[in-house]
Amino acid sequence: MATRSTDRPRRVNAGYLFVGGYTVLLLAFGVLPTLYAIWLALTNSRGQLVGLGNFTRTFADPRFLPAFANIGLYLVFWLAALLVFVVLLAIMLHGRMRRTTATLRFLFYLPGALAGVASIVVWLILLDPNASPVAPLLKLLGYQSLSATIAPGNLPVLFMIIAFWTGAGGWIVVMYGALNNISHEVLEAARIDGATVWQLAWRIQLPMIGKWVAYMLILAVAAGTQLFMEPQLVSTASFGQISDSWSPNQLAYQYAFAANDFHGAAAISVDLLLLGLICAVVVVFRTGLFDRD
Amino acid sequence: MSTSPVSRVRNRRWPAAVTALAFVLAGCGSADPNVGGGSAAAPFQPVAQEEGSEITIWVDATRVPAVKAYQAARPDVKIKMVTYSGGANGSNELQTKVQLFDRTGSGWPDVVWPNTQDISWATAGEKPFAAPLDGLVPQSTLDGYADGALERCQVNGKLYCLRNDLAQVVLWYNKPLMDQWGYTVPTTWEEYQALGEKVAREHPGYLVGTAGDAYSEEIYFWASQCPASVLTGEKAVRVDLRDAKCTRMASLLDTLMTAGSMARTTVFDAGFIANNASKVLLMPGPSWYGQVLFNETFKTPAGQIAAAPPLKFAGDQETFTGSVGGGIWMVSSHSKNLKAGADFVQWVTTNEDFLKTSGTYPADKSAAKVWLEKQASENYFAADVAPVFEAAAGQVWPDWAATTQYSQEAIYSSTILPALTAGDTLTSKLPDWQTAIEQKARSLGYQVN
Repeated sequence: MATRSTDRPRRVNAGYLFVGGYTVLLLAFGVLPTLYAIWLALTNSRGQLVGLGNFTRTFADPRFLPAFANIGLYLVFWLAALLVFVVLLAIMLHGRMRRTTATLRFLFYLPGALAGVASIVVWLILLDPNASPVAPLLKLLGYQSLSATIAPGNLPVLFMIIAFWTGAGGWIVVMYGALNNISHEVLEAARIDGATVWQLAWRIQLPMIGKWVAYMLILAVAAGTQLFMEPQLVSTASFGQISDSWSPNQLAYQYAFAANDFHGAAAISVDLLLLGLICAVVVVFRTGLFDRD
Repeated sequence: MSTSPVSRVRNRRWPAAVTALAFVLAGCGSADPNVGGGSAAAPFQPVAQEEGSEITIWVDATRVPAVKAYQAARPDVKIKMVTYSGGANGSNELQTKVQLFDRTGSGWPDVVWPNTQDISWATAGEKPFAAPLDGLVPQSTLDGYADGALERCQVNGKLYCLRNDLAQVVLWYNKPLMDQWGYTVPTTWEEYQALGEKVAREHPGYLVGTAGDAYSEEIYFWASQCPASVLTGEKAVRVDLRDAKCTRMASLLDTLMTAGSMARTTVFDAGFIANNASKVLLMPGPSWYGQVLFNETFKTPAGQIAAAPPLKFAGDQETFTGSVGGGIWMVSSHSKNLKAGADFVQWVTTNEDFLKTSGTYPADKSAAKVWLEKQASENYFAADVAPVFEAAAGQVWPDWAATTQYSQEAIYSSTILPALTAGDTLTSKLPDWQTAIEQKARSLGYQVN
């Protein structure tokens, strides 16, 4: 009795300590800026409440819908690629021999270890048929110059490829970890029952890492809607051949820093927040992410 | 009976919350960011000055030697140099940073090398970022700049910047090649078009220019006096690409692009440098093309490149030309050492010994003379560029709005260049270009008419 009563508070305290650091950072860099953005979005530069004025005003901007259409198309490609290839690669990785697995995991993760901007600069070189090591392939596809490769119609796919290259490695490693969590006995039993590799993946592994996939989807939607660096850098490198408001985040940046209109910028970021939240809620409820096992 | 007091309180709170939310959403102020803003600048009040304090200078990589040369000439001045993008390629880095400094109330640099568009926002508002230089720079120095060179620095009767260099567009050509093929250098755009078509037939692969640069509109459409943006008020512009002075240039460029002697890519493209640089017969372009493009980038051997006067349309009375860049220096109104800042911008724009080493044509008249003498003594050009440069410096069409807050280069780049790459004609894209300029101008609070 006596030992339990002294033990419990200590465990609780340790829990607070672990969560504390994260909570402080979350408040400082997540919650407070969000609240500030919502406040900015509902007011004008004289501090008056303007209701939804900033939202309707930015919505009426001729750049608003194209930016969201661009990001929508990009998200379709990006989420599809992420879902299919990350899961596929992780399952394949899991089936490999131990030593090859370690090497491959390292290789998959490597691009993600490069700082974001640097990895995009790598792509700028890769995409220029005059400098690229894969120039013959680009020329075979009919692209003779950087401006031909970055034609507006190619952009969503190009950004998807760049994002996949930089970001998917980390997720493959996470999924691999999730696959390792599946009890060996379950897989063994399935094999004894005569399950093929395909059936094993489809009927056992995939359902058992479903929550991880859902978690990845939520974060990928949030990160994907905030696409900024890729179009911004490609635009600068191509002397502005891509619109400076290609993605909603870029448009918000234009509002804030070209037009000195932080309230319009905040309205667009709140739009993005709502979009991310709606997607997250849908995914959470459709996949039962928060259900307890 | 079944409702507990707690839930009753909760129920009562709901309408209150809804009312509060409705109040917030209904609002009362105007969401229009232009209402009430844009008030005229108050008389300039410098911050407390500290004699001899350190000045921070922001420059792009190209301007680093200028700061170093100044430091060598004035070793007692304390300087902190910071390199940044210089607003190249339409980036608004300076504006972004200054707006954040404005919000936090500190951090401004003392002297900056901005891009031309920066002049527009830096001189606006109640407390403009740029410090007026009247009084800090003696009138005798100001009189030394080329005629009209300081025009883009003058806002509401005050001088907010000093001009570093002029970038008047001239007609560059390969002299030995022209002589060898028996061509005469064109003097009108009509002759230029005819020669371009002839070159395409007789020497396929050779070029008379490119329409695929971000600044091609400043080379061709500015010279054609096209009203892509003409200021009609402080924040009002006229945009009319349907004007005959725009369509004539669009159709000229289309004809030559179809013929094949007008390129569709930028001259700084790696492919252009590798494959086309040696095949440039003619190339309308700014004065800095001579050193920066032909000598340093294309590595064209000495004795080949020469400059001819800007072209004019046969039907026009007067010759006008365009301008690509032409840098400026600004001093910050937040500077604690305005004197040092003003001395720096004066020195780098007028010091003859330093300026003669630069790749660009100095805006200061006597420095320009020394610069031209040095060009002649180096014998890089096939003919003396001095008379052409000096004449063209005064022929830049004054109505083209060079200091609007939006960059014509960025708009041309994002609307026209992908279309040219796809093989479309310029003429077919003029309406899109028009819309893009109008939208950009409106989004920055300009009135478009």
